[in-house]
Amino acid sequence: MSGARAEAVGVAVPAERPAARAWRLPRNRSVWIGAAGLALIVTIAVLAPYLDTTNPAAIDPVARNKRPGAERVITNDDGSKTVTTYWMGTDSLGRDVYSRVIYGSRVSLIIGITVALISVAIGLVIGLVSGYVRWLDGIVMRVMDGLMSIPAILLAIALVSLSRGAGLRTVILAIVIPEVPRVVRLVRSVVLSVREEPYVEAARALGAPTPTVLARHVLPNTVAPLVVQGTFVCASAILVEAILSFLGVGIPPETPTWGNIMAEGRALFRILPHNILFPSIFLAATVLAVNMLGDGLRDLLDPRVRKQI
Amino acid sequence: MLPYVGRRLLATVPVMATVAVFVFLLLRFTAGDPAAIIAGDSATAKDVADIREKLGLDQPIARQFVIWIGRILRGDFGESFFFKRPVAELITARLEPTLALATCTLILAVLIAVPLGVTAAYRRGSWIDRFVMGLSVLGFSVPAFVIGYALMYTFAIHFAWLPVQGYQRLADGFGGFIQRLVLPSFTLAIIYVALIARITRASVLEVLGADHVRTARAKGLAELPVLLRHALRNASVPIVTVIGFGVAVLIGGVVVTESVFAIPGLGRLTVDAVLARDYPTVQAVVLLFSAVYVLINLLVDLTYTFLDPRIRY
Repeated sequence: MSGARAEAVGVAVPAERPAARAWRLPRNRSVWIGAAGLALIVTIAVLAPYLDTTNPAAIDPVARNKRPGAERVITNDDGSKTVTTYWMGTDSLGRDVYSRVIYGSRVSLIIGITVALISVAIGLVIGLVSGYVRWLDGIVMRVMDGLMSIPAILLAIALVSLSRGAGLRTVILAIVIPEVPRVVRLVRSVVLSVREEPYVEAARALGAPTPTVLARHVLPNTVAPLVVQGTFVCASAILVEAILSFLGVGIPPETPTWGNIMAEGRALFRILPHNILFPSIFLAATVLAVNMLGDGLRDLLDPRVRKQI
Repeated sequence: MLPYVGRRLLATVPVMATVAVFVFLLLRFTAGDPAAIIAGDSATAKDVADIREKLGLDQPIARQFVIWIGRILRGDFGESFFFKRPVAELITARLEPTLALATCTLILAVLIAVPLGVTAAYRRGSWIDRFVMGLSVLGFSVPAFVIGYALMYTFAIHFAWLPVQGYQRLADGFGGFIQRLVLPSFTLAIIYVALIARITRASVLEVLGADHVRTARAKGLAELPVLLRHALRNASVPIVTVIGFGVAVLIGGVVVTESVFAIPGLGRLTVDAVLARDYPTVQAVVLLFSAVYVLINLLVDLTYTFLDPRIRY
């Protein structure tokens, strides 16, 4: 009898434990839709060469500005005919938009994931140190405030102007720097609340050195909020890269990225809107998937926010 | 109140100083000698030396910063490498379109978002609530230029109701001015609406459960006064805060939207300056936009006392 009661209590208590969260996962639609969408884009990016694509950079002067679904028939020497269909049309250099859009997913994903990982890593280190080392806190946070008061896209654009030839690395750096202060703030707020917890005090009283306290007791508390923040950083990085490329200050134009395809299509937008339409559908769907994943994860991992909204 | 305003104004000084140091270093981090860049490709060694002396580039870096910031504070942003005109003059010429676009967007966004958010909170779980939540996720996922092209294609090209691109000065007639602002403002407003509507909904939802709202209803007050006077007013602090933070999104959006709609404003100037590696202009624009952002958020802080008399300084 008492055993059954203990079990009943035991069921009620771990409701917020990781195992119970994992069990709750299937019920969160947002996570599933987001994860499925993201998995689809990742599959497309990985399998890009096998999805009936041609070289996305191949210029073909004969096939310029074709509408979506246009076919090109080449009569071979033996009289047989080879038919090429441009599912999404071609751009003004005759490049196949379908192949460019498919290959474009690679750049977007690389940028999104790299920026998320780097900004979370840098932000985590600065946030931990700043939250725990009091005298550094003031200086670090003033610098972060300063960085945060420059609007993100503007800062990214200005940073790109620093390097002579913009490439993947420059663009990643330009997107990481505006994102870092946001991660720092998050980590710092977690550290500030955790450092007052009795178990941290106990660990310190037992003589645990600061790095040990940070790694063993403070760090685990930052994981859940950082996973959520990381997905949002990823979504925003994909958007910012598209914006930079669209404005002509991002990745070099011959590289197929969604922003570049749209930038190329600007001039003939009135007659041939497909150059903007197709990449924007892929871009919006990808960012939407990542955002939904983030929203769902936040609901799962952060019960406080769930109660508020 | 007044001492508080003074203290808050003082608090913006270190923030703006950090921004200034950063923007200053922006030019110093560039590969090569700034004097050589300013002098151009056909300059002689003497030209470069003259410019170096004139701009104080032969001084220690801390001294250079003081000279530079002194000029900025006097309104001297230097001369644009690319346009060969004083940067301050360039900015003044480009100010009107950006101000007009930002103001229109702000008004439009608040007028759409606040009623949407309040209705969504009031009819929680209804189709309008789901619409607002869906819009807020979508608003963050679709970049401004995609929305811009979609609106342009539908209303300017397909139906031909509005001009496709361009800008007309207010002095040249209000009709043409507003016609050309409709599409860009809507484009820019969507993400802002998503941001504000979401917070309005959450904030009003919280207040609607409060005791004073129940009391207001119990004394027989109609629903509209309950919503506006008792719910919205008490929910206004987070809403105004997010409007302030949203200015950063607005500024980023201005850069993109001006490019889509070919509006000759500060956003377009920023992109042109970056493409031309015109550092004095880039510096000035970044400083200016950041100052505007910091000041607007200062104003937002100050409105709290009017919105919520419990907040005293």
